[in-house]
Order: sequence, then C-alpha cells, then structure tokens
Amino acid sequence: MTVTRAAARIAAVLAATFTAAAFSQTTLRIGLAEDPDVLDPTLARTFVGRIVFAALCDKLVDIDEKLNIVPQLATSWEWSKDQKSLTMKIRPGVTFHDGEKLDANAVKFNIERHKTMQGSNRRGELAPVASVDVVDPMTVRLNLAAPFAPLLAQLADRSGMMVSPKAAQAAGEKFGAHPVCSGPFKFVDRVAQGRISLERFPNYWNKAAIHFDKVTYEPIVDSTVRLANLKSGQLDFIERVAPSDMPALKNDSKIKVARIVEIGYQGITFNINKSDLAQKHPAGKDARVREAFEAALDRDAIVQVAMEGEAVPGNQWVAPSNGWYAKNLPIPKRDVAKARKLLAEAGVPNPSFTLMTPTTSDAQRLAQVVQAMVAEAGFDVKIQATEFSTSLDLADKGQFEAYVLAWSGRADPDGNIYSHLVTKQPLDYSGYANPEFDKLITESRATNDTTQRAKLFAEAAALEHRDRPIVYLYHRHWLWAYTSKLSGFHMVPDGMVRLQNMRLAR
Amino acid sequence: MFRFLVRRLAAIVPTLFFVSILIFGLQQLLPGDPAIAMAGEERDPNVVAYLRGKFHLDEPLPVRYGYWLKGVLHGDLGDSVRIQRPVSELIVEKLPVTIELALLAMTIAIVIGISAGIVSAVFKDTPVDYAANVFALWGLSTPNFWLGILLILLFAVKLGWLPASGYVSPFEDLRANLASMIMPAFVLGNAFAAVLMRHTRSAMLQVLSSDYVRTARAKGLDERVVVLRHALRNALTPVITLGALGLGELLSGAVLTEQVFSIPGFGKLIVDAVFNRDYLVVQGVVLFTATVYVTLNLVADIANVLVNPRMRG
Repeated sequence: MTVTRAAARIAAVLAATFTAAAFSQTTLRIGLAEDPDVLDPTLARTFVGRIVFAALCDKLVDIDEKLNIVPQLATSWEWSKDQKSLTMKIRPGVTFHDGEKLDANAVKFNIERHKTMQGSNRRGELAPVASVDVVDPMTVRLNLAAPFAPLLAQLADRSGMMVSPKAAQAAGEKFGAHPVCSGPFKFVDRVAQGRISLERFPNYWNKAAIHFDKVTYEPIVDSTVRLANLKSGQLDFIERVAPSDMPALKNDSKIKVARIVEIGYQGITFNINKSDLAQKHPAGKDARVREAFEAALDRDAIVQVAMEGEAVPGNQWVAPSNGWYAKNLPIPKRDVAKARKLLAEAGVPNPSFTLMTPTTSDAQRLAQVVQAMVAEAGFDVKIQATEFSTSLDLADKGQFEAYVLAWSGRADPDGNIYSHLVTKQPLDYSGYANPEFDKLITESRATNDTTQRAKLFAEAAALEHRDRPIVYLYHRHWLWAYTSKLSGFHMVPDGMVRLQNMRLAR
Repeated sequence: MFRFLVRRLAAIVPTLFFVSILIFGLQQLLPGDPAIAMAGEERDPNVVAYLRGKFHLDEPLPVRYGYWLKGVLHGDLGDSVRIQRPVSELIVEKLPVTIELALLAMTIAIVIGISAGIVSAVFKDTPVDYAANVFALWGLSTPNFWLGILLILLFAVKLGWLPASGYVSPFEDLRANLASMIMPAFVLGNAFAAVLMRHTRSAMLQVLSSDYVRTARAKGLDERVVVLRHALRNALTPVITLGALGLGELLSGAVLTEQVFSIPGFGKLIVDAVFNRDYLVVQGVVLFTATVYVTLNLVADIANVLVNPRMRG
C-alpha cells in the first residue's frame, strides 16, 4: 500500500515536472528607444518600426553583416541582360500568419500595393518598377522602366516585406492595427504607446532557428530608464544604449554589450543654395569657408567628446570600413593654420553663422565641441537648439544656415546619397544642385557592375568634397545591451534585431 | 433653481465654442509642418501631398476649423495620424490609467502630508517639527524626473523590489498593477504632500491656540482626543478645498511622471502628440479635458446653490 502510494506520488511529481517543462514559455522582452509608428510595411516610416518588422514580416531578401544581399522569401534571383528586369524564385512552402500561401501572385499583389496604396511610403523606393509579371506560381518578374541597381537593397527593407493579400484586402488602410505577414512571430496585440506583443508562428518556414514563444517590445524613451529595466530584469534586451552608459556596463557580469558601426552618418549640412539665406552667410556663399571649417575639425576628438568614443570618424556618406568608401579621399588631419589661410583668402577671417541643432544631448554636445574647435580658426558659430519637427520644417524651407543632422542609412550607398544630394530631391536640405554630380549618381543607378559603381561613387565623392554641402563627421556605433543569459545575437549594421538563432538560457 | 440651471447650461455652449477656437488657433502657432513631421524619414513628396490633402492642411484655417467642428458635433474627434486609431478610443483607453495614478498620488499625499502636518503642529519647535519642515522643503524642491530616476535606480536596480517602469492593468493583475504604480504615484504625490503638510501645520497651529481647544483641555480631555477629534476636524476644512484643487494639478503633473516611468496614460498621449504634430489628438484631448473642467465647475456651482440658497439669484 505504502509502496503504491509512494510510486503514485513520484509519478505525479514527474508528470508535473514534465508538464511544467513542456508548458514553460520563453519570452524575450525588448526595450525600444522610441514608439514605433503604424505596423503596415507600406505606410511605415520610422526606423524603430523596422525593428519590430524584423520579427513580424519577412522580406524577399535580407542583408548580412557585410551588407551582402542574401535570400529570405526569395531563394534566388537573376537580372536580365539589359538589367531591366529582375526574376525571383519564391521560397516554396511559406505561409502567412493567416494560413494563406505565399506565391508569385502574393508577391505581385504586395509590390503593387506598395506602389499604389494611398499614402504609401514605398512608392518612391519602387518607382523604377514599371510592372510585375507572374512567370509561374513560384516565379515573379519585376520589370523596370530603366536599370536600377539599388532595387535589391530596397527589397531587403520594407519594400520587400510581404503581407497576406487576403488580410490586407479585408483590412484596407486599417491593416497596421493587426498586421498579418509571414515572419517568425505573429501579431497578438498592442497597447497604444505601450507594449507590442508577438507570439511564435508555428508554421514559420525557418522555425528551427526560432527559440522563443513570445516576444514583447516596450518603448522606453529615456535611456537611463531603459537600462534600469534591463538591469532589474524587466527586460532582456535593449537597443540604442547611451554611449555614456557603456563604460559602466563593461564590468557588469550580468550584462553583455554588442556594437557595430552603423550604415548611416552624422554630419553638418550647410545651406548653400536652398534659399536666399544661402548667399547671406559666409559658409553658404563660399566653399573655401566650408573647407576651412572642415580643416579646423579634429574628428577623433569630436568622437571622443560627443560620443564617448562610440563612433568612428568619417568624411563620406559611408564609413571608412564600408566597401563603398572612396579610399582616395581619406579623413583630413586637423590643420588650423590651413583653415586660417583659407579664411583669409576668402576675405572673411571671422565668419559667423548659426548652427541649428536638435535638442538631443548627443547633438548638443557635438555642436558645442565643433563650436569650440572652429573658434580657434576664427569662426564664430552660434548654436540654436531646435525641437526636431520644427528643425525639419525650417530645413525644408531653407530657413537655416547650418544644421546638425543624422541619417539612419541604407544598405546600398544610393540610399545615403540620392535623396540627400541630387538636385531638388526631398532631403536635399543644402540645396545642392550640381548637374555633373547628378549625372554620376544617375549612372551609378543604371549598372549592377560593382566596380563601375564604386568608380562612379568615388568621382561623385570628389565633387562632394569640393563643394561640401554636407561635412560628414562620424558614424555611430549601434549599441545594444542584453542579459548574459541570451546568446546568438547576430549584429548587422542596419541596427535591426534579428531573432533567428537567439536563445535564452533558463 | 430651474432658471439658474438653464442659464448655466446655456453658458457652457459659448464657453466650449471659445475653448475649441482657442485650442485650434494655438495649435496653429506651433512651428513645423505636420505633413512633414508625419511623412517620416524619407519624406516622399507624394506622401506629404497626400497627408496635406487628407487632413485638409492646404485649406484656409476657418475651413479646417469647420471640418473639425463638424466632426466633433457628430461625436467624431477624428483619427490619430501616428497611431491610426480614433482619438475618442485613445481617450477612453488612456484616461483611467492617469486617473488611477492621480488618485494613488493623492492618497499618498494625504497620508504623508496630513499626518506630518499634525505631528509638526503638535510638536511645534521641536526636532520633530524641524524634520517635518525639512521633508516638506525637500519635497517641494525635488524635480519629479530626477526623483523618479533615483527611485528606479534604488528600488528596481539595486534592491529589485519593484519593476523599473511600465504599466499593468489592475484587471489583469492587481498586485503587479500596484507594484508598477507605487513609485510614480509617490513621485507625483511627494511634492503635493509637502504643500498639504505646510497647510495642515498652519491650520492646526491656529486651531490649537483657539479658545475651544483650551476649554477642551481644561475639561481634562485626553490630548489625543483634543488633537484628533476637536482640532483636526476644523483645521481640515481649508485643506480639503486645497486637496480638491490639487487633484487637477496632479493630473497635469502626471505628464512628466508618465514619461519617466513609461506609463501609457493621458500625459504621454498628449506629449507624444505634440512632438509628432498629431493635431487631432492634441485637439481632442484638450477639448475633452476642457469639457470635463467646465462640467465639474457646473456641478460645483449647483452644489453651492443647493447648499446656499442666497446664490440662486
């Protein structure tokens, strides 16, 4: 009797243990630096939203840590000889979160949705795509009006994200409230300005790489509070750690940190032609003054002081470590004597202008260091701290002289150049208009030959260095911190958090 | 009474109309183009044009005001551009969070402020009194966000007793809800506790030196009875009025506290909306708040009239 009872008790305990093991859920809790906008890849417009999409919506292709294009929903692709069509093979056996199949028709639907939906932010990115053909159920062909080399890089971002056609048609413009994609996690719910919850999609095509049952994203704007949540165990992973917090984390055995150089840049944009104001301040009127400004800068010191060393100095639209960096234009050393000489030649030994700066502490520190440095060469820089939305509007209207502005970057260098420097493009705040430059960049879009493109970019960079509409300063590190129980985090310079192969030890 | 009610109700309409014009007009003074703020990083000109059209940003101000007013009169406050949900839905979702925070903060302020006030009045000019005064001065002069971050570092990071930030609904898990609310409520209530303490102290000192208290003591009543039953009741009248006014202040103070503790409440809603130029949210929230204030005022007036017939006029 006693033996039977003991055996029964042991059996009960064992059963309970196994059930607990089977049902214990692994949740990864991620702290975001901002609140993502609408979760519809077609309408989405923020950097932080892309971090959530990395778990929710797979793309036709992805990028790796070296910025190579790698397969995701498309297994292979091929350019036509005239480079005016791109044929892609779709991965078989992929389903959306609602059980719909991903096939060539779904891809056609998505590209057309990106191109035609009211308010689409993808329309510009996919403008060169004239039509989409369904070659066979698993093959799709994108026909271009003209060759367009950055297309694959666009398809590695939101333009390549595929949503369920059925769900998208049913929800219309409300789709973002309950997105249905084909990524490793499916949408559960979202508290406005609060947590976004996702759960594992059991039919994910690459489910062997997924080791969490749930993922939550919590927007916490203050970096100190975000870090406190990680330290106290409420979060497992945080993005965009403040550079000033990094030294203290080095000695914390419970926390691991990761860093990689971004694909974007931090720079100072000069109004050289955006409005009449350009001719009214010396730095806008005369390229020699901008050259003197650059000569007075010590980029290493700027990085140390403004970013606590968590950035790499740079003088181009991509970082020196990037394959597209023009090596014939290295970062110049600081030369105050040269700066003074240039200013004397320009006839303005003490040029004065106003530097518009966003109100973030990084940008403020940057402006102050630069102000002090160039003062040694004779510059009188006034700092004007301006709330971000206001500063964008002033920049757009050309009501500024110089502007501290960062760009989050795109995998293809075209995404760091075209919109910013080609005549009358939307982000051309400097008003730069150089037909020679435009021609080079337009040519670079028309060829898939990497060597040829690199040559064209180098020529364009030389023109940019002569005219200096933007003085590039540095490329920030993406800084992540996470619990030491987490392993398998794979860093990519686009700053996304890819959950594939990440694991939490119990 | 009926005439009074009709008159007061009739006055509400022009008041709210004026408020709505004010909200709409002030918002236009904000620098920055909402279409550009909304269009995001790429700022595609097509998207900017689409947003301008969708939100009638190209039309003259009075026309835009007309569109908005028409919606409001039909009970439609419009949709948030950024969150893509109806503004009225957001208000219903966020308001209870902030009310809970303000009520908890008020409770903390009352418990700390009034008891400290009584103690320091009773033990006037003793070290206890000085300590209470120092506490009050500290409470008044500590910035909310700074105290918030210090508390997070102590109770969440060092001791690990409380969650660092975030919000859990009380219907989901009451304990977790209180754990997540206690720090923000303390931060918010702390400054107000100091105000209450100072007022309770001076009111108590006045009452304690009055004749009837001396009589009560002369009767040989226990000091505890004298202080708590005889003196406190009279001393509290002005403090209660102050407390009621303070609730409004706490609601606005919640704006900063909600930011520090990442609580998705009313304050965070409006701050984010201002920074993102989400006009319809700002307008809807302010109009709603104004309506609540006007209504509460009316209720207070009616209550006054009921109590004091001379005001019926």
